[in-house]
Amino acid sequence: MGRPLIEVDNLSKRFAVMGGPLGVRTVGHVRAVDGVSFAINEGETYALVGESGCGKTTTARTILRLFTPDGGQVRVEGRDVHALTGVELKEFRLAVQAVFQDPWASLNPRMRAGTLIAEALKANRRVSKAETKARVAALLERVGFPAWKADLYPHEFSGGQRQRIALASALITDPKLIVLDEPVSALDLSVQAQVINLLKDIQAELQTTFLIISHDLDTVRYVADRVGVMYLGQLVEETRAEELFEHAKHPYTRALLASRLALHPSERGEGAPVIGEAPSPMEPPSGCRFRTRCPHAMEICEQVPTMVQLDVGHTVACHLYSQ
Amino acid sequence: MNDAQLQYEGDGPAHREVVLQVEDLRMHLHTRWGVTKAVDGVTFDLRAGETLGIVGESGSGKSMLALSLVRLTPEPASRFVGGRVLLDGEDLIALSDKEMRRIRGKKISRILQDPHQSLNPVFTVGNQLKEAIRIHEGAPTKDETKRRAIDALRDVQVPEPERRLKNYPHEMSGGMKQRVVGAMAMVYTPSVLIADEPTTALDVTIQAQYLTLLRDLQRRTGVAMIVISHDFGVIAETCDQVAVMYAGRFVEHGPVAEVFDNPSHPYTRGLLDSHPRYVGRGERLRSIPGAPPELSDLPAGCRFRARCEHAVAACGESDPTPVRVSNQHTAWCFRTEEAPWADR
Repeated sequence: MGRPLIEVDNLSKRFAVMGGPLGVRTVGHVRAVDGVSFAINEGETYALVGESGCGKTTTARTILRLFTPDGGQVRVEGRDVHALTGVELKEFRLAVQAVFQDPWASLNPRMRAGTLIAEALKANRRVSKAETKARVAALLERVGFPAWKADLYPHEFSGGQRQRIALASALITDPKLIVLDEPVSALDLSVQAQVINLLKDIQAELQTTFLIISHDLDTVRYVADRVGVMYLGQLVEETRAEELFEHAKHPYTRALLASRLALHPSERGEGAPVIGEAPSPMEPPSGCRFRTRCPHAMEICEQVPTMVQLDVGHTVACHLYSQ
Repeated sequence: MNDAQLQYEGDGPAHREVVLQVEDLRMHLHTRWGVTKAVDGVTFDLRAGETLGIVGESGSGKSMLALSLVRLTPEPASRFVGGRVLLDGEDLIALSDKEMRRIRGKKISRILQDPHQSLNPVFTVGNQLKEAIRIHEGAPTKDETKRRAIDALRDVQVPEPERRLKNYPHEMSGGMKQRVVGAMAMVYTPSVLIADEPTTALDVTIQAQYLTLLRDLQRRTGVAMIVISHDFGVIAETCDQVAVMYAGRFVEHGPVAEVFDNPSHPYTRGLLDSHPRYVGRGERLRSIPGAPPELSDLPAGCRFRARCEHAVAACGESDPTPVRVSNQHTAWCFRTEEAPWADR
């Protein structure tokens, strides 16, 4: 684990909300990501967790250059991702790849597995047919398929197999970073295990950096080195994975952990700890955004909390911990 | 605390009357590609106030079993080729479609964890709730229907139920919609409620609320529940007994704590071991190799054999017979007694 590969600096992304009689007038903005900063070191697995709508996917897609930020920067090895042009942009596209949640939607049903896997390479680099074929075969084998499966179409694979194809197509450019957006949550548990094991093996082998977006805390505990917890577009806590699961500080993180299902019937919980659901990101509460659901809300929570460092590498944005 | 709560809290479900008896149920799907044995010999009893969990992978037949119990299997492919489903003593398989419509939603209901699949986006929730009330009674008056709809929402703790009736599903939050679906299923206080879960997981907070809703409905009404899930966490949270389903059949069935503590079928063991919760960070997740067999082309003998690391020659020769692990705990495996998977 070394220097930061990705630096996200005060990142903001708004989306216009359309309304009016024809649905073409901007009636407001959703601040999907609102001042998020974190760094991902080379070779580590960083996880962003939070409920639907917390901005974790928007953050990831902005890093991938699928969205342009409205404020702040994303830097890869010190260079602003959204200012890249020409050769540098091509290099970025080779260096950063993604695997998405739904393998039924992310693989073009009319392309054969081999073509899908080779696509990113062909689009960005001049390679001979023979070399492409050899690389595809090697990658198929790496994700556990015989080479002849390159001729099959996506519908001939099961969900877990498709996710392995998606992973192979991300690996073909030898990326430095792979963004994994809910890579296993559409899969059966027994199949999730296969994909998670494969991800861990590949990281150990190639030292690829992973950014994993997930709402499944069990998976995150198992795969991540460091975790950032997001709530309504902001980062509320960040620390090492073991630390987060042992000593979570932010009331929201604790509520998320308490919502996890029992491991054994004897640990059966009674009642959901977080009362109600997240407020609309169109009109987030003033001050601390979690205060409307927080059991410890105080008067001072009407003011915006700042990130404070509690321990080496453990930061939290909550008034309970600021003097 | 009302009468229902007094009645159903405290005493164990084992003493209560059996409300649902499923005997050797077989539901096959006849398609162009052959016969898919989606449910192929399932037997269990369910008592009032009791919750049975059915757990298995996609393609294990668990959702087809749920659909069979309410007779909503895909037409015209499905054929009930054997067995009985006795609800309060009446065989649902023998009923005509018309007779079944009188029972479905009144004595046996099915709800989905994801409310987006259950509510019609173009009607108000009041409209849909009132339809669920009107469909079973000799047209109650408008006022009476409305009153019952409001009561049903109040029962599931929907605030301001009068106002909520006028809302469309998109105007409600996910948790609120779940409660509306719960209210719809419970307007007639059925004997059996089937809760079916899609594979795609919801947020942990929403899922926790859903399980709280189910527990609350059961405590209030004493309804017997069948919870269909692929996640042992959901089973641990809600169930009294659990059945592990594989290729259209139960492979293990018993009290939930016993199955967790002493999994007596290699498939159960494999499912538990593949959960990241049960494994330390440094350890490897144990995945079950391969995928469930095609239900239209089943192997002879034990159906799990091809994926089982403990398979022996006998497994390929005949169907495994049930082995009693304890009084109420059964596993269908030739090697249950020696249990080579136990010391992990």
